[in-house]
Amino acid sequence: MGLFLILLVLTIGAFGFLIGRLKAIKLRSASQKKITSLNHYYGYYIAIFAIVPSLLVFLAITAFQGYIVEVYVLSDFIDLNPNLLASDKNLLLAQIVNTSKGIELFDEISPLVTDAVDKYIYIEELIDTLTYVIVLSVAGLLSLVAYVKIKSNLDSRKFVESFLLILFFTCSLVAIMTTVGIIFSLLFQTLKFFSQVPITDFLFGLNWSPQRVFVRDSGDLDTRDLQNAFGAIPLFAGTFLIAFIAMCVAIPVGLMTAIYLAEYASPNLRDWAKPIIEILAGIPTVVYGFFAALTVAPIVRDLGQNAGFTVSSESALAAGFVMGIMIIPFVSSLSDDVINSVPQSLREGSYAMGATKSETIRKVLLPAALPGIIGSFLLAVSRAIGETMIVVMAAGLAAKLTANPFDAATTITTQIVVILIGDQEFDSPKTQAAFALGLTLFIVTLLLNFIALQVVKKYTERYD
Amino acid sequence: MFDASANLKKRLKSERRFQIFCITAISFALIFVLILFLNIFSSGYSAFYKTTIAIDVDYSQVIEDTTQFAAMSDDEINKLDLFRFSKKSIYSLFPDIEDRKEKKLLIRIFSIEYEDEIKQFLIKNKENIKKIETVYLTASDDVDQVRKGNYPRDLPEERRRIKDIQLEYYDILENNGRVKYVFNIPFLTRGDSREPELAGVGGSIVGSFLTIITVLILSFPIGILAAVYLQEFAKSNRFTDFIEININNLAAVPSIVFGLLGLGIILNVFGLPRSTPLVGGIVLSLMTLPTIIIATRASLRAVPPSIREGALAVGATKMQAVMHHVVPLAMPGALTGTIIGLAQALGETAPLLLIGMVAFVVDVPSSPLDASASLPVQVYLWAESAERGYVEKTSATIMLLLGFLILLNLAAVLIRRKFETKW
Repeated sequence: MGLFLILLVLTIGAFGFLIGRLKAIKLRSASQKKITSLNHYYGYYIAIFAIVPSLLVFLAITAFQGYIVEVYVLSDFIDLNPNLLASDKNLLLAQIVNTSKGIELFDEISPLVTDAVDKYIYIEELIDTLTYVIVLSVAGLLSLVAYVKIKSNLDSRKFVESFLLILFFTCSLVAIMTTVGIIFSLLFQTLKFFSQVPITDFLFGLNWSPQRVFVRDSGDLDTRDLQNAFGAIPLFAGTFLIAFIAMCVAIPVGLMTAIYLAEYASPNLRDWAKPIIEILAGIPTVVYGFFAALTVAPIVRDLGQNAGFTVSSESALAAGFVMGIMIIPFVSSLSDDVINSVPQSLREGSYAMGATKSETIRKVLLPAALPGIIGSFLLAVSRAIGETMIVVMAAGLAAKLTANPFDAATTITTQIVVILIGDQEFDSPKTQAAFALGLTLFIVTLLLNFIALQVVKKYTERYD
Repeated sequence: MFDASANLKKRLKSERRFQIFCITAISFALIFVLILFLNIFSSGYSAFYKTTIAIDVDYSQVIEDTTQFAAMSDDEINKLDLFRFSKKSIYSLFPDIEDRKEKKLLIRIFSIEYEDEIKQFLIKNKENIKKIETVYLTASDDVDQVRKGNYPRDLPEERRRIKDIQLEYYDILENNGRVKYVFNIPFLTRGDSREPELAGVGGSIVGSFLTIITVLILSFPIGILAAVYLQEFAKSNRFTDFIEININNLAAVPSIVFGLLGLGIILNVFGLPRSTPLVGGIVLSLMTLPTIIIATRASLRAVPPSIREGALAVGATKMQAVMHHVVPLAMPGALTGTIIGLAQALGETAPLLLIGMVAFVVDVPSSPLDASASLPVQVYLWAESAERGYVEKTSATIMLLLGFLILLNLAAVLIRRKFETKW
């Protein structure tokens, strides 16, 4: 129904455009005076008046519709029981909505609910009709006003252009709003979390077992459980271990690949090898996760057992190795750019001294490109820390403090997914803990990126 | 004395060693791409086929005069109780079996929806049903895996789910030419299922499609307009710098954080429905916006100032110069960036897990407000399932996903090749 209304409004807008243009053409031929703007700007003038305010009104109504319906439909229930819990409200509402659609999930329906269903159908219809009337009349009235306002001395171009500028500006604000949204959602829950669990327990605690925390029937929490369930050190250690393994794969392979492509490969080889390596960056991470869990993990286990280690079926090594492969293109393409931007004169100077190619690379190019290369490593580390699917599928879920790569390890991202997947009880310290982990992740990756960009920036300034 | 030639030999040797290291590294990366693709393809292609077994169904036992079926509506046929009749039809394959347990095992060769399949055959051919028809029923997952050779037959009986006697039945049926290996169309059209042989990716393909369309509708206009503002109109002041820093940071934020944003704000504050492509699309749009904005800005920057100045010189306003001349010229670059952003969004899983797009959904969604899965989430869901049949399904889903990604990237490359102007 919303879509139909929007289409109606757009039709009014299109109609307004035609009318406005016609009026402008008439004005132009009728009066000998000059008209300030081109004809179609008068069309847009009416269209903007018709469409924009009415759509804003529509959005506002839809935003409040749910709230109004809830208050009206549940009023009887709230009269009976003034302190109804939010979860019970949602349950009741779902029951009412389902019954009104003819879906009967519950055997008995109390008369109160039947009443509420009638009320629900009534208010929904009322709001729908009202929305139509209000939105369409706003669109119609305003286009009329705009039509009347069109005179030969109205500068509609200026109006249209400043409207567009405001629209553009609003679009660019989305980026800020996203950041604000992220920080707000993370911070809000995290602060709630830290009001129950001290921040020092979270940052320095050695034991992570949020599944032990239950909300009791009475609604309060077992404080003994809280004290010892949210120590995030094992997660930090696991994240670090897996990222370290990943970097052990990605740094040498990525860097050597970059060197080969930049310095040795013929342009031909470069043209087809580079895209193939970039493919690695385009493969969805869930594919790597599947590959790690199903193919690499058994190989690692067999190899490890043959060498006499006890290897768990979900090992940090398998996850880290595959993650390392995933990161190769990040390291190699960034390093490639950096190596290529080292001035040719440095190479030639080195060759002139009689150095071989590898000596030039090791003793001249790499030191010169080092800041940029380190920047690329840092960016890769931040990728590795934030990567989710590979570790969720291949690295294990139980948190324990270990430095053994053959052991299962868990990471920050894994725990966020484990806690929040499926249905969550909101407002429990367990879900809030996931947001606290998210905030930690956000801050750490932001810092890494910031440092990396600073390092790269400093380096590029040197040669430009 | 200093021996120059020996030293040179050593240096040349180390040169060669260095090159070998480099070549090893690059071949390692290339070989890995190859292994990954081979591995997925070799384990996945068989999911596009399924095993069916022919049984003879005597429809005259339902209604004596089979021409009467033509007069029945589909609903009426669906309401018929053909359960015992279907079972009997299957037993007729081996009339000698008396033992109830063995009968049960025989039934288990087939997928559990055999009654429905017999009905569907009836509905499809109700105009001219013969007395006895040959109906191909989907084989159970275990039999299917045996047929495909994914199931080691030499395992001791107690360690496999398929029993010796069932294998015996199957071999007899195969020798009688009753086993047919056909293209698995339901795999591409159906929704998820608890039975591997019946599970399909149709639901998640549609879910992914709806999500991507939402991303396109939201992020393409917003991304391009934001880029136009920042590149062409914004005065360089603190606020503009702040927006730019924000965009660059957002591009580096781990995807799962966007999932937390979706959960914390879009679901819990705005109250949009969980598990839907609409919410998934909104979250992924926020994630792809930086990619689109950065790419569009780069291509706007590449349009030479002479274009703008030319337009201004003949009396265009700044807005006209930008919208009529600069933006159309930058469009190929913007489109390429958008498509690459869409490809990223299509392969993204983690944020969707948090907003509940992991629900087990049997129905194919019909609007962005229906609960649904998406292709990468389907991969995750099936990869976590224990049944053997899901392994090939997972790989096949990955093949489809990679196929779509390759198509998208190909489109991006083609647009770039065709329309790119070097200034």
